[in-house]
Amino acid sequence: MAKQTIDQKLAILSDAAKYDASCASSGSTKRHSRDGKGLGSNEGSGICHAYAPDGRCISLLKILMTNFCIYDCSYCINRVSSNVNRARFSVDEVVKLTVEFYRRNYIEGLFLSSGVIRSPDATMSDMVQIARKLRYEENFRGYIHLKTIPDASPELIAEAGLLADRLSINVELPTDAAVAQYAPEKKPEQIRKAMADVRLRKDESEDVSHGGKRPARFAPAGQSTQMIIGADGSNDATILGQSTRLYSSYKLKRVYYSAFSPIPDSSSKLPLIRPPLAREHRLYQADWLLRFYDFQLDEITSVTDDGNLDLEIDPKLAWALVHRAAFPLDVNSASREMLLRVPGFGVKTVSRILTTRRHRTLRYEDLVRMGASMKKARSFITALGWSPRGLTDSAGLRARFAPPAVQLSLF
Amino acid sequence: MYRVQLPEIGTAAAWRDAARQYLAAGVPPDQILWDDHQAAPDLFAAQDYLHAQGSPLHVPKSFISMAQAVVWHNNPERFARLYQFLWRLRHKPTLMQDRGDPDLVRLRLMEKNVRRCQHKMKAFVRFREITPTGANRRSFAAWFEPTHHTVEPTADFFVRRFSDMDWRILTPDVCAVFDSGGLRFEAGQAKPELPEDANEQLWITYFKNIFNPARLKVKAMQSEMPKKYWKNMPEAAFIPEMIAGATARAQAMADAAPTLPPLRMARVQAQLASCQSEWGGPQEGLPAAISACIRCPLHKEATQPVLGEGPTDASLMIVGEQPGDYEDLTGKPFVGPAGQLFDKVARVVGLDRKQTYVTNAVKHFKFAPQGRRRIHQRPNPSEIEQCRWWLNAEIAAGSPKLIVAMGATAALSLTGNGRNISARQGSIEHGLTGLPVLITAHPSYLLRLPNARAKKAATALFQRDLKQAIFAVEQL
Repeated sequence: MAKQTIDQKLAILSDAAKYDASCASSGSTKRHSRDGKGLGSNEGSGICHAYAPDGRCISLLKILMTNFCIYDCSYCINRVSSNVNRARFSVDEVVKLTVEFYRRNYIEGLFLSSGVIRSPDATMSDMVQIARKLRYEENFRGYIHLKTIPDASPELIAEAGLLADRLSINVELPTDAAVAQYAPEKKPEQIRKAMADVRLRKDESEDVSHGGKRPARFAPAGQSTQMIIGADGSNDATILGQSTRLYSSYKLKRVYYSAFSPIPDSSSKLPLIRPPLAREHRLYQADWLLRFYDFQLDEITSVTDDGNLDLEIDPKLAWALVHRAAFPLDVNSASREMLLRVPGFGVKTVSRILTTRRHRTLRYEDLVRMGASMKKARSFITALGWSPRGLTDSAGLRARFAPPAVQLSLF
Repeated sequence: MYRVQLPEIGTAAAWRDAARQYLAAGVPPDQILWDDHQAAPDLFAAQDYLHAQGSPLHVPKSFISMAQAVVWHNNPERFARLYQFLWRLRHKPTLMQDRGDPDLVRLRLMEKNVRRCQHKMKAFVRFREITPTGANRRSFAAWFEPTHHTVEPTADFFVRRFSDMDWRILTPDVCAVFDSGGLRFEAGQAKPELPEDANEQLWITYFKNIFNPARLKVKAMQSEMPKKYWKNMPEAAFIPEMIAGATARAQAMADAAPTLPPLRMARVQAQLASCQSEWGGPQEGLPAAISACIRCPLHKEATQPVLGEGPTDASLMIVGEQPGDYEDLTGKPFVGPAGQLFDKVARVVGLDRKQTYVTNAVKHFKFAPQGRRRIHQRPNPSEIEQCRWWLNAEIAAGSPKLIVAMGATAALSLTGNGRNISARQGSIEHGLTGLPVLITAHPSYLLRLPNARAKKAATALFQRDLKQAIFAVEQL
């Protein structure tokens, strides 16, 4: 076989990496290179340098070190039984690509993942080597996200956490049974242990010693994980239950949901029907309600009988429609907790309402100017000069938001 | 009538100085004509400049940060609107908090436009290398067309990021030039011809391949990367062909029949099986069996089962309730706050933990997630019963003479009765396995007592029980 060019390798190894949803580059320690001795900065908020037509942001150079893999996970394009083209980057190639892309302002940093070759430790130590070279030889101060291999030795994970901004380990599927079925070589308990280990090291690195000395920051942008939705039969209640457990147990920054997407050369073990992309979107909305809007899991999932979220309307609206007794709310007196439950009000709108109503009584037009989505909210609130009257309890309220029913084709 | 013309470079500072002067002099908004550098001289306005020194002014910080963004907007009315709002703000400083005020909403919107434009500039500037041969410092240049006058307020971002190289961002508005460590601004210019850059080809390859044709969301892309920016982004030229081919590519993936695995697979899997034992294949013995336990649903939510710890030939065995948050993460028993209290009391009474076998009645942590915390839940009788299987196996594997049951769960598991612990505390009962069981409180109970006196009394009782256990073991 002819030697692959760097362009060919990049094509294969970025194609192989696109099924990882995360591309976040935010929330790490602030640093810059004003001193002229290094390259790069990190300012807290992430930057998306481009968008692909799949609507996903491109913030990091997201590549695999290699797509050779000894595992056979049926949902994965890189599984050992797949016939995709294989390639492997050398350590220096990844370092050079990252730095040259960064200098041209294409990216915020590197998101490195890898198929498992030889052994988990051998793979992980090459990945750590790349991060070490970037940090110490290139004085790179941009963002690094390393996907850790769950079975790698704790020493390697410890070093990875000191070099990288974020570590992640994919739980892959919502239940242990599904992992056993689709990813036979992966062990859910091993994955959980690895996440526990990252959390403990991160907690330790945040303790200040008696002398006031701070240890080196461990994965300052935290850890995240990803689950594939729709490959197994789990309903949304199971999926969200799993993510609340992950958030509380391992203090994850994010759980990413990735609608199972057809891959080239897919395995016959997988379902043929792809889940609607809307499901992924609804899961993210529910995830947000749980983390930022003080919703409890069962409040969101008890709205429907089968434990799946309503695909036609968002989960907050779905909750409000079955709890109409709590509405309409007076925006001039309702508590923050209740205002957060109004469909069409976001966290920003609510805090604007709270600061403004200290000085005067709010009218309907004020809410429009504050950026609330009044098309949704108006049925659930009262304000000076506005009352929804019978709208809140009207039978046709749901139909105002849900897309009209479509008659099925006979053929 | 006064007329103020603001310069193209240094607009923010110039506006601030002028506004401060006019406000101090009490000049109302309708008496000032604000112009940016592009405005032609207005023949009808009086060229009446003001050089008054007024008293210092106090405006809310939030106004200053908003004004510093709004001055870079491309709307010619921006200065007048800011001054008009500032005029109202004089007598009503709380106006900044009124998010329903139409003037403020309009200014905030302009601020948002400018910040977004700055953000997009940080994201979409694309450098090409222009290092002359033989130079020891690398040099880059970019052509960019901002919507608002954002080059000046955004240039420092590029200084913070790229100080180890020379760069210039050329625009039709203002150009930023960073040369040997110094930043300067120059007048705008026409689009220059920049040399080809080989890395641009690699970037396009990356852009094409990171795209997943099976999930086309063109609207989502365009709302974040509006078309007006495309002409200066090398990768954007390929977007139309990527969209056009997407559906066919996704269909081809779905239609393709599953292929046979490559020959390599058998080889790899044989090799994998042979090295399985190195990283956690099946091992003989009790610990491995407990680790793989799925007898009750608790294993699904916990990180790992927490095994007992200590010499198997210990004559004293201590049984707690279940692992806590920290035990669940570390996999070690009695290391959380309750475990530390136990160690403290044990040291006081002279009990050597290394000489005893410590374990829990239930091996997995049971909890309810609440935000980022886990709230401990008491295991129910069926979970205790399922786990008794392992506890009995641990007792059988060792040779304890006495077992200390700490708390109701341990008492239930060891004696079949978990009720009324306070009345039974300190008594030695006949356990289900036939061994004597000493009933005592769980250390976490001591931690939970709010009252210092009650805590002291309960700790004394706990000490008494441990002393009794040491004594009893010596007698047995």
